[in-house]
Amino acid sequence: MDVVFQKTKGLTDKPFSYCPGCTHGIIHRLVAECLEELNLLDEVIGVAPVGCSVFAYDFFNCDMHEAAHGRAPAVATGIKRVHPDHPVFTYQGDGDLASIGTAEIVHVAHRGEKITTIFVNNAIYGMTGGQMAPTTLVGQKATTAPYGRDAALCGNPIRMSEMLATIDGAVFVERVAVNTPANIRKAKKAIKKAFEVQLQGLGFGIVEVLSTCPTNWGLTPVESLNWLEKNMIPYYPLGNFKSPKEEV
Amino acid sequence: MAKVLMKGNEAIGAAAIKAGCKYFFGYPITPQNEVPEYMARELPKVGGVFVQAESEVAAINMVYGAAGCGARVMTSSSSPGIALKQEGISYIAGAELPCVIVNIMRGGPGLGSIQPAQSDYYQSTRGGGNGDYYHPVYAPASIQETVDLMQEAFDVADKYRTPVMVLGDGMIGQMMEPVEFFEREPLKVEKPWATNGTKGKRKPNIINSLFIDPQVLEEHNHHLEEKFALMKKNEVRVETFNTEEAEVVCVAYGTTARIVKNAIEICKKDGIEVGLIRPITLWPFPEAAFEEVSEKTKAYLTVEMSLGQMIDDVKISVEGKRPVEFYGRCGGMIPTPKGVAEKIKSILGRA
Repeated sequence: MDVVFQKTKGLTDKPFSYCPGCTHGIIHRLVAECLEELNLLDEVIGVAPVGCSVFAYDFFNCDMHEAAHGRAPAVATGIKRVHPDHPVFTYQGDGDLASIGTAEIVHVAHRGEKITTIFVNNAIYGMTGGQMAPTTLVGQKATTAPYGRDAALCGNPIRMSEMLATIDGAVFVERVAVNTPANIRKAKKAIKKAFEVQLQGLGFGIVEVLSTCPTNWGLTPVESLNWLEKNMIPYYPLGNFKSPKEEV
Repeated sequence: MAKVLMKGNEAIGAAAIKAGCKYFFGYPITPQNEVPEYMARELPKVGGVFVQAESEVAAINMVYGAAGCGARVMTSSSSPGIALKQEGISYIAGAELPCVIVNIMRGGPGLGSIQPAQSDYYQSTRGGGNGDYYHPVYAPASIQETVDLMQEAFDVADKYRTPVMVLGDGMIGQMMEPVEFFEREPLKVEKPWATNGTKGKRKPNIINSLFIDPQVLEEHNHHLEEKFALMKKNEVRVETFNTEEAEVVCVAYGTTARIVKNAIEICKKDGIEVGLIRPITLWPFPEAAFEEVSEKTKAYLTVEMSLGQMIDDVKISVEGKRPVEFYGRCGGMIPTPKGVAEKIKSILGRA
C-alpha cells in the first residue's frame, strides 16, 4: 500500500499541550515539515520561547534550547556564532517577541544574524491567561484591558513585520495566516523560504504567522478563524515585506 | 615565559583566551571596558568570536546559547550590568551550563560610581537571580592571581557544569602589574549534552531549566544541591596568615586584603600581632579556616569596601566563639592601611 500522508519526522511523539482549536499545532507541523523536507533535522538547533509554545523543545525532533522571556534571539545568536554552519531558528509568540523581547528581535535583525524566526501572533497573552499583548487590537478585550484596548491609554497594536522590514540586516520578512487551507499552504512556503534564505547565508529571516487563541478570545475554534480573518488581517496585512533579490 | 606588565582587565582577557575561551559576549560598562576591547581585538586572531550585545541581558543570553553548544564562553561586566545579567545567570545555573562571568565591581546602589567597591558580595554569593542556586566566586587579590584563577574558573565551570564568577573590584581591573602566564592544559571535559545537531545519531539534546512538575523540579533542586555540596567539599580556596599568633584576625578579600596586609605591618611595628584569613573563593566560603581559634585571638575584624556584607559569612563561620568587628569604606572610597590599623588598635583598647 502506498503511503500518501504521514506524520512528519520533524515532530516527536509527545502530544501537544495546546488548547483545542489553537493553531500552534498547525504552525509546529509546518515548521517541522519544512525542516524535514530541507533535510535539516540532523543539523538544526531550535530555540523555544516563554509562553504557550514554551514546550516547543519537547515537540520538535531536533536539538533545542529553552530561552527566558523574550531572549530567544540572543540565545540563538550565541548558538549561531558557535555553529555558523548549522541552521538555527527561534519560535516565539507575540508577548515574547513584541513586548519583553523587542530589543532582542530588533538587534538580531540589525546584526543580520543568520537565523530564522517563526513569530506567532495571536493578539493576546495565551499561557498567562489572556492579558493584553502589544499586538492586541484596539477595542479587543483582554483581562488587563477589560474595557477593550484603548489606543489613547496603551498605544496602537505594534506591527512587527513592517518595523523589522525597515532594518537592513533583515532580508526576508513575510506575514502569513493559518486560517484557511490556502493560507496554510502559503505559510509553509514562506517558512521554507525563510530557512532557505538562512542556508544561503543572506541574513535574518522572519515569518509572522497570524494565529488563533479560542480559549482566551472566548470563541469557538471556527469563530476564531473567522475573527482572525475579519479583524486581524485588515490590521496585519498578509504578504511579503522583504525578500532577497533573485539572482539574475 | 617572561613577566609582562599588564592592566588587570587586559590580563583577564589574555588569561581567558589561554584557557581556551573562544566566545565572548558583552556590553560596555566602566571599569571593565578593557576586557571586551581586548577580546574584540584578540579573539578573531585565534578563530574566536566577539559580539558586542545590545544589552547585558542579551549578552548573558548569548552566553547561555553558546554554553549550551558546549563552547568555552565568557562575559564580563560591572555591578549594575551584573544585576541585569542575573536573570540569565539563574537560567544558566538551572540548565547546568558552564561559563565564566567576570564582575569588576564599582560602587552602588543604582548607577553609583565607577570607583572600586566590594558591595556586590551578596549579589555574587547568594545566587542573585531567582531560585535556589549558588555558583563558585573567585576573588583574586592581584593581577597574577587573577590570571591564574581565570583558567581555574573555566576548568571548574566545565567540571561541574556551572557558571563561575571571577569577582574583582575596579582596582583589580584598572591597575597594572607584572604577570606571568603559566602554560597549563585546559581541563578536557566531554559534553555529550551539548546541542551540536543530532547528526541523526542520537536523540535530540535539550537545554532547559523548566521543570513544570513540582516533584521533578524538587528532584532537580536536590540534584543541584548535591553539586553545591561537592563544590563546597572540593573547591574552597583560602589564604591564611599568622592566625595562630594573632590578637586580632582580619578577614578580607581581593584588593582589601592587600591593604590589610599593610595594616598588619603597621601593627607589627607597634608590637601587635595581627592575622589574616583571605577567602579566595567567596562561595564556597572557607568556613573551615575559622574552626581552630587561637587562645590569643580576642576578636575577628572583617574589612570590606562596602557597608559590611561578607561579615555575615564571617559571623556564621565564627559561630559566636569571638566577637566579629567590622571596618569598611564604601561608595568607591578605599580603606587605608592606617585606618585599618587604628581600628585594630581600638578593638584592643590601645588606640
